[in-house]
Amino acid sequence: MIKVENLIKAFGPKLAVNGVSFTVERGEVLGFLGPNGAGKSTTMRMVTGFIPPTSGRVAVGGHDMVEDPLPAKRLIGYLPENAPAYTDMTVAGFLGFAAELRGLRGEAKRQAVNRVVETCFLEGVLYQSVDTLSKGYRHRTCLAQAIIHDPEVLVLDEPTDGLDPNQKHEVRTLIRRMGEHKAILFSTHILEEVDAACTRAIIIDRGQVVANGTPQELRQRSDVAGAVSLRVQGAAGPVVAEKVRQLPTVRKSVVLKEEGATVWARAYPQAQARDGEVEQSLFQLAVRENWKLGELHVEEGRLDEVFRAITMPDTGRAEKEVTRA
Amino acid sequence: MSSTSITKSPSALAVSAAATHPSPLGNILTIAKRELAGYFASPVAYVFIVIFLLLAGFFTFMVGGFFERGEASLVSFFVWHPWLYLFLVPAVGMRLWSEERRAGTIELLLTMPVTAWQAIVGKFLASWLFLALALALTFPLVFTVLYLGHPDLGVIFCGYVGSLLMAGAYLAVSCMTSALSRSQVVSFIVSVVVCLFLILAGWPPVTNMLVQWAPPWLVDGVAGFSVMPHFEGFQRGVLDSRDALFFLSVMVFSLFTTGVIIRSHRAG
Repeated sequence: MIKVENLIKAFGPKLAVNGVSFTVERGEVLGFLGPNGAGKSTTMRMVTGFIPPTSGRVAVGGHDMVEDPLPAKRLIGYLPENAPAYTDMTVAGFLGFAAELRGLRGEAKRQAVNRVVETCFLEGVLYQSVDTLSKGYRHRTCLAQAIIHDPEVLVLDEPTDGLDPNQKHEVRTLIRRMGEHKAILFSTHILEEVDAACTRAIIIDRGQVVANGTPQELRQRSDVAGAVSLRVQGAAGPVVAEKVRQLPTVRKSVVLKEEGATVWARAYPQAQARDGEVEQSLFQLAVRENWKLGELHVEEGRLDEVFRAITMPDTGRAEKEVTRA
Repeated sequence: MSSTSITKSPSALAVSAAATHPSPLGNILTIAKRELAGYFASPVAYVFIVIFLLLAGFFTFMVGGFFERGEASLVSFFVWHPWLYLFLVPAVGMRLWSEERRAGTIELLLTMPVTAWQAIVGKFLASWLFLALALALTFPLVFTVLYLGHPDLGVIFCGYVGSLLMAGAYLAVSCMTSALSRSQVVSFIVSVVVCLFLILAGWPPVTNMLVQWAPPWLVDGVAGFSVMPHFEGFQRGVLDSRDALFFLSVMVFSLFTTGVIIRSHRAG
């Protein structure tokens, strides 16, 4: 539904977006991750037709956003950053205005407003002026405007920004549910949201896509992905680390923490180690050494680590080279 | 969230099917309606109307010598309009685009399936209609002269038409300056300066200043921008299409420039 090809946006000499390409199909929720100023909002503004790209192409539902903007815009619902809304209107008035611009009149308009009011829990503030709303309500009002015409494509710029934990959860659930039938592009810098709502994620940094994959795939890029963490009692930290490192299946070991007699350590497997081999050898080691084994688990890898490794220039350069290749 | 699915349930499909593509006129009217409601949602509209009527009355009766003229006409009313509008029209127009940009709602508006010119025309029409309303509320003056004597109603009608056209021209200029800045204050000041130029362009001190060194075509060109001679015709009751054309072309030019400015902001 959304097809972005080699999108470039220059503000003066600065390239805010530099060669971004991706697609979002129906039934997909694409998370757009990146540090502040990475070009997320600029990309979304080009996707929704608010600003024209310097070069490159955006097509929504097959309609080119520059050549043929109106049919493309009809398909999109858009929640801009900071959830702007006309502060001099009531919530009902604002939603009615959005519905009319979307071509809904009379009974259809009334039904559409009722539907989004219910979905976004706005009954209590329907006749309140937008400028008296709390941030959470205002955000939901703007979200309601975005879904009022039941669009096939949703573009949401930080939809959970400024919401409390319950509201965040509600919005994520809503996104995931709508994502079953729509194409959704949403940006965030909260990594747990990627797990909670996305089928796929893109990490963008300084205007370029630096990673693109399912949350699972991204997580596996983490250094710790596949490492085995253990908690034992019965030996000092350095001893544990040394014994673990000497195992043939282990490449490297570290002591994470030592508290009293308890040691938390992590073993990084050799590249050729087979599934389960490291856990087994660690278990046997613990039995042999008569350690009390309190915990043994394989790390899945952490998104925040991947994110940091990819988007911080100094740490994780190797990671970056791998992803760029 | 609620159990109501907003995905493609049968009722949702019905909603999509019910959506017709609104005509350009429909979009313009929707935007104009919102903008006009926006004036009345805040005290701005009432404050403006009251001040406009008070000032119009003050100039007409106290400064213009309405009664001393000894004639049943609204000359002493219309003659002040270029000056009244100089400050009041920019006050109405300054928020049109500044506010949209400051609040970020321009991003909502221009990502809706509307074109920029529909939005520009819609917003302009709303504020023009608002000014027309303020002007219409001066109707007691018409009744006053009708009570006092036998005024030429044609002349009065012409005066109102001219006044409305002039207000529209000032307003289009304000609309343009409002697109220039996020700050309403800046847009107000720039607008007043441009409108002042439109008033003074044909004034002898200005043309004399130019005559010293400028070629005649430039002097005539600058003087041609003046609203005064064009409005004078209307005041005398002469409906000259060239005068009307002058005001309309100021509007078209200014609104077109507004579109260019907005596009250049978006292009970055």
